Parts: sequence; structure tokens; C-alpha cells
Amino acid sequence: MYEIIYKRSLNPTVVEMKIAAPLVARRAEPGQFVIIRTDEHGERIPLTVADYDREAGTVTIIFQLVGATTMKLGAMEVGDSLADFVGPLGKPTETAGLTRVAVIGGGVGCAIAFPVAKKLHELGVTVHSVVGFRTRELVILEDEFRSVSDLFRLMSDDGTAGEHGLVTDALRALIESGEKYDEVIAIGPLPMMKFVSLLTKQYGIKTVVSMNPIMIDGTGMCGCCRLTVGGQMKFACVDGPDFDGHLVDFDEAMSRGSMYRSFEAEAREHMCNLLAKGDE
Amino acid sequence: MPNMQSTKTEMRTQPPKIRAKNFDEVALGYTEEDAKNEAARCLHCKHRPCVSGCPVSIAIPDFLAEAAAGNFDAAYDVISKSSSLPAICGRVCPQETQCEAKCVRGIKGEPVGIGRIERFVADRHNEKMHKTEKPEPNGHKVAVVGSGPSGLTCAGELAKMGYDVTIFEALHTAGGVLVYGIPEFRLPKSIVSLEIDNLRALGVKIETDMVIGRVLSVDDLLADGFESVFIGTGAGLPKFMNIKGESCNGVYSANEFLTRVNLMGAYREGADTPIMRAHRVAVVGGGNVAMDAARCALRLGADEVSIVYRRGEEELPARREEVEHAKEEGVVFRLLTNPVEVVGDEKRAVRAIRCVKMELGEPDASGRRRPVEVKGSEFELPVDCVIMALGTSPNPLIKSTTAGLETERWGGIVTDENGATSRPAVYAGGDAVTGAATVILAMGAGKTAAHAIDEYIRSK
Repeated sequence: MYEIIYKRSLNPTVVEMKIAAPLVARRAEPGQFVIIRTDEHGERIPLTVADYDREAGTVTIIFQLVGATTMKLGAMEVGDSLADFVGPLGKPTETAGLTRVAVIGGGVGCAIAFPVAKKLHELGVTVHSVVGFRTRELVILEDEFRSVSDLFRLMSDDGTAGEHGLVTDALRALIESGEKYDEVIAIGPLPMMKFVSLLTKQYGIKTVVSMNPIMIDGTGMCGCCRLTVGGQMKFACVDGPDFDGHLVDFDEAMSRGSMYRSFEAEAREHMCNLLAKGDE
Repeated sequence: MPNMQSTKTEMRTQPPKIRAKNFDEVALGYTEEDAKNEAARCLHCKHRPCVSGCPVSIAIPDFLAEAAAGNFDAAYDVISKSSSLPAICGRVCPQETQCEAKCVRGIKGEPVGIGRIERFVADRHNEKMHKTEKPEPNGHKVAVVGSGPSGLTCAGELAKMGYDVTIFEALHTAGGVLVYGIPEFRLPKSIVSLEIDNLRALGVKIETDMVIGRVLSVDDLLADGFESVFIGTGAGLPKFMNIKGESCNGVYSANEFLTRVNLMGAYREGADTPIMRAHRVAVVGGGNVAMDAARCALRLGADEVSIVYRRGEEELPARREEVEHAKEEGVVFRLLTNPVEVVGDEKRAVRAIRCVKMELGEPDASGRRRPVEVKGSEFELPVDCVIMALGTSPNPLIKSTTAGLETERWGGIVTDENGATSRPAVYAGGDAVTGAATVILAMGAGKTAAHAIDEYIRSK
């Protein structure tokens, strides 16, 4: 069992938790993920490692309340324990040899982009961070990003936070103004990663995206997380989750991501009713 | 006098129409009378051909003699000298190509139902309460990676010799393919957990959620005080056909489909893990895994389930009984048929599978006649779900994180006949070495390696 040591809400739908998992904390690196189950009957879902503390033996996860499992998880409190917390899985984000990087985060994807930006910053890499959210109340990790970035741009779809516009608008402006990057690392919703990749392709800037498809075992066994990258089948769990954004078939990934949407909607409604009853 | 009845004593099964709608065990097993009657069919041939057909050389005529006399405890003792998981093997061994293939009774009529009697003897033993004596500890620690048939057997053998054994399992439940792959209706999970409880009673520790190669490496285990490591990580990597449309929604690897159903219990009402409830399903492949997937799809409520296999009936690699059971339940066999494309609709959901007809040509390297495409025979089979059951290969995780561990080009770990790898103190067995094979072969390899590990540690 893996105990919840700390919990806070980052915004109305995003929760941060620190979980006691010393063996996972010992080896975790930015870019890797864990598979969790809330309880004995729960489904296995992947969550990217948002941070870790090797000494304290804790791993931080940040997740959005989107489906039945994340809602169940979000309803758990400090002192409760998760049935399973497996990891670190997948390959860490490559940082060797980088000197100037633009880190692009979108929505809850910022939770995954932040540890990457932090690690790059600690390695002495120049980090330009561009993060985007739908609206003011969804903004997360703003101070954290500022503290590890040489340049920081906050964007919002409705103009209520930072600048009005998309992350691609800000990135284009930076590139057009003469900023040079060895690499762009984009982590967020699939459409965001797709359009960042399309943009950087025009400028010939290498771009890495972090894919988060549906998974079960997370060890290469089921093939559920398969993607087409450069015309080849890849498993996100063992070959990724980081891939060359210029080669990923995003449209296919979006379609695969929606496979259980009706099931999820049903489960979510069921879950809401259950949780509501619990609150009475 | 042997019982000269020419056919096997019938084993009761759930009626096909009923069982095709539930996940309860299909075969109901023998009664005591059935078992005695069937065991009495053994001729006790002097040259004991059945024993040579058994991968772990169970003294078959001896246990049959005890069973025929009604001495079922004695029969169990004979089996357990050679096999550690008889209740499982009695159910999943391909007896018709092993012991029963060699049975003299099979020349005129049906061979002795060795598997059915083994199953009865093991189940009868398991029904009773047993006090397991914990062996005297010998003070040596061994790590076993993977809790499938080879790992469980290796751990059991070592524990009986007094070793302090810890099994590291990547998933949240121990049992490997016995729990994620083989469905409840063929191998009830209660039987697997009983075997695992037996191991625990012997003092074996089981650590789940431990992906060796990620959480800890083989070298970490050796550094942490384990004197030897056995790798029984199986062949878990699914193969796809590399044809167009395989990424459409509704295409599953058999591993994914079976894992959702068996390990995650997606067939149960209200399960957290989703599974597609398809109407028309094509399962590509002809092995046991294909039969399991097809029969699960049927039980999930599909209107039509087809096995699509490029060779003929004779070449189906599945156990005969599974093929028969699948047919009785209504699975359609589209043989000499090979998919060339999965056809998706505008939303990338499976709409059909495009296939070609095949005919059998000259024998290939496997000795089976090579299927050749019939020109101009393309046709579309309308389906909304395709399950690829094409076999699996070993997971590269251990190899890629263990320096100096030699593997074959296709990923299998290289070992000598005792399971010793290219790394001192590291042994391996089962599908991780041979590629996808059978439960009994994996068990045999686990047992052999356990004795080699014992010898290695004593000689240190």
C-alpha cells in the first residue's frame, strides 16, 4: 500500500498529491510515469511523475479529475493509501547536450512540463517557458515555472491570465524575434502538441512531445498504448513516452484516446452520484 | 484386467448454450467413479511411452494404478514428485500432443484421459485442508523474477529445499499468464490462488508492483543479498501483423483483450476497466490464446465471433479440446483465410477486415504446409472488433537493463540445459528463454533451474 502524505488542490479540477513510494522515488526521472490503482477493484491508469524527493521517499503526482479513477483518487485524503503505485516506467526525458530549450506546457500538462523545465534549469540550460490555460482559474504552477525559467510567458484562451492567445502564438513570436532553441519540449493536450509540432517543423526546430495514451500494464505487454511514429508502430510505455513531435501521427492518437469516451462519461456520472451521496 | 472401453470416460461440461454466456468453468471434472473407471483403462505397458511424452516425466502408469484402486492420495503423491502445479496442468496441458499422444490405447480408440484423471486427483487433494510444513531454512536468499508457471515452480522447489525465496511480480496480482491470459472458464483463478497460497505457506514472499529492470535491476537484487536470480519473465510482448488499419479503434492484441477481461475483470458488471462490447468479432490466429479470446468475446455478448486462420483445421496449434469447445459454443472457423487489411470508418473505428483465401502448399521450416495466397480471392468480412492473437515475444526490459546477459536475436535469453545464463548466478527459464510455449514446459524449466541454483549456491 502506498500512503498519501500530502494533498492540495491546484485549481478546481487539478489535484497534487505526494505518495510514499521510496523505491519509485529512488530511480524516478522527469518524463517517466507510474501506473496506479486506487483500490483492489480499480483500473490501472498511468500518471506522469511530477516531482520526487529521494530522501523523503515520496513521488508527486498531479492529475485532472476527468474520469472515474481520477475522481476516486481525488476523493482520497492524506493518510489513505493507494493499492498500487508502480514505477518509474518509460524512458526519462533526454536532456544531454541541450543548451537552449523552449518548454511548452498546456493545461494539466504543465505538471509534467515543470519537472523537465526544473531539471534543465538545474543543469544550467537556458529555459524559456510558455504555458497556456483556458482561463485564469485553471492556472497552475505559475510561480514554480517562473523560478526555473529565464523567460516566462503565460497565455490564456480568454485573456484572463497573462496574454490573450495560444501557446503557439507566443512560441511563434519568440522564434520570429530571433530566439534560437536546440529543442522545443511540448507537453499538453494532443491538439496543442500537434500544432506546436507543426509550427516548429516550419522552422526546423527539433521537438519532443510526451504522449499519454490509454495503458493497462505499462510494461509493453498489451500494446494498448501503440502509436504510429514515423510510420512505425511504437509502444508509448516502453519506447516513450517522449517521441519526436514531427513524426507522431497525432490524429490517430486523438482517435485512439477517445475509444472509451462513452464508457468514461457513464462512469463519471456514476462516480459523481456516488461521491455526492458520500457527502450527504 | 484393464477396462477395455474404447473411448474416454466422458467428462461433464456446462451445456454449450449456457456456458457461452457465463465465465464459469466449462469442464466440470470427473467424479471419483469416473476417475477410477478411466484410470483402469491403462494397459500398464512395459515401455511406458506416456512418461516419455510428459515434459516433466510424471510416472503416469503409477499414478493411474493408484487412482484405479481409489488411492487418490497416493496418486497425488506420485504426481507431485514431478509436477508442482497438477491442478493447473490437468486443465491446460496439451495432452493430445504429449502423454496421451503416446498412449497405446490411442491406436484403436481414444487414449487414456490422463489429463482428466490428473485434474481430478489434484482437485480432490486441494479440497482438503493441508498443513504445509515450513522447511528448515538454509540461510540462503534467492530472487525469482516473474510469477508465472516457471517462476512459481522454481520458487516452490527452492523453498522446499529451505531457501529464502522472494518473487518479484510486475503486475498487481501474482500468477503471470495464469491470471492475465488464461480465462476463468478454462482455469478458475481460485485454483491459481490456491497454488500461490501453498507457496506462501512454504515461506515464499511475493512482492507485486515490482517491474524488475525499472524499479530494481537484476544487479540490484544481487547486490541486495540475493545469491542467485531466476528470470521467468515470460513472453509478454504482443505481435501485430503490420497491415494497414491495425491502429483503428476496435483492434486489440489478444494480450490486451484478455488482460482487460481476466486480470482486470472487465466482464463483470460495474467493473472500473472498460472493454468494448462488440457485435461481430474476428480473432486472428489459431492457438490457445486465439480460442480464449474468441470464447471471451462470445461471453461478452458478441453476435458472431470468427477465428480467422491462414492454415487449415489440421494445423490449428490450439489444444483439441479448446477447438471443440469453441465450435460447440458457436465460434465460426474461417480457415485458410488471411487478413490483409483492417478497414476503418471515418472515425477510425473498425468496420471490416479484408481477407484473402489461402491454399496449402509445400511444407515449410515448421513442417506444416505453407499457406499460399489464392489470387483474386479477396473479400471483406464485416466486423467491429479485431483481436490479434499472433503470438508473443520476450519482453526486452530485463535484457536491456542487465549488462552481459546474452540473448538470441529474437529476444530469448540464452541458457544452457540447466537454465544458466551468460551471467554467473543468473538463471532463466520458461517463455523468456524458449519464446511462447506451454505451461508445463515452463514449469519443467523452473524446476530444472531450481536444482541448478541449489547446486551453484552449495558449490560456492
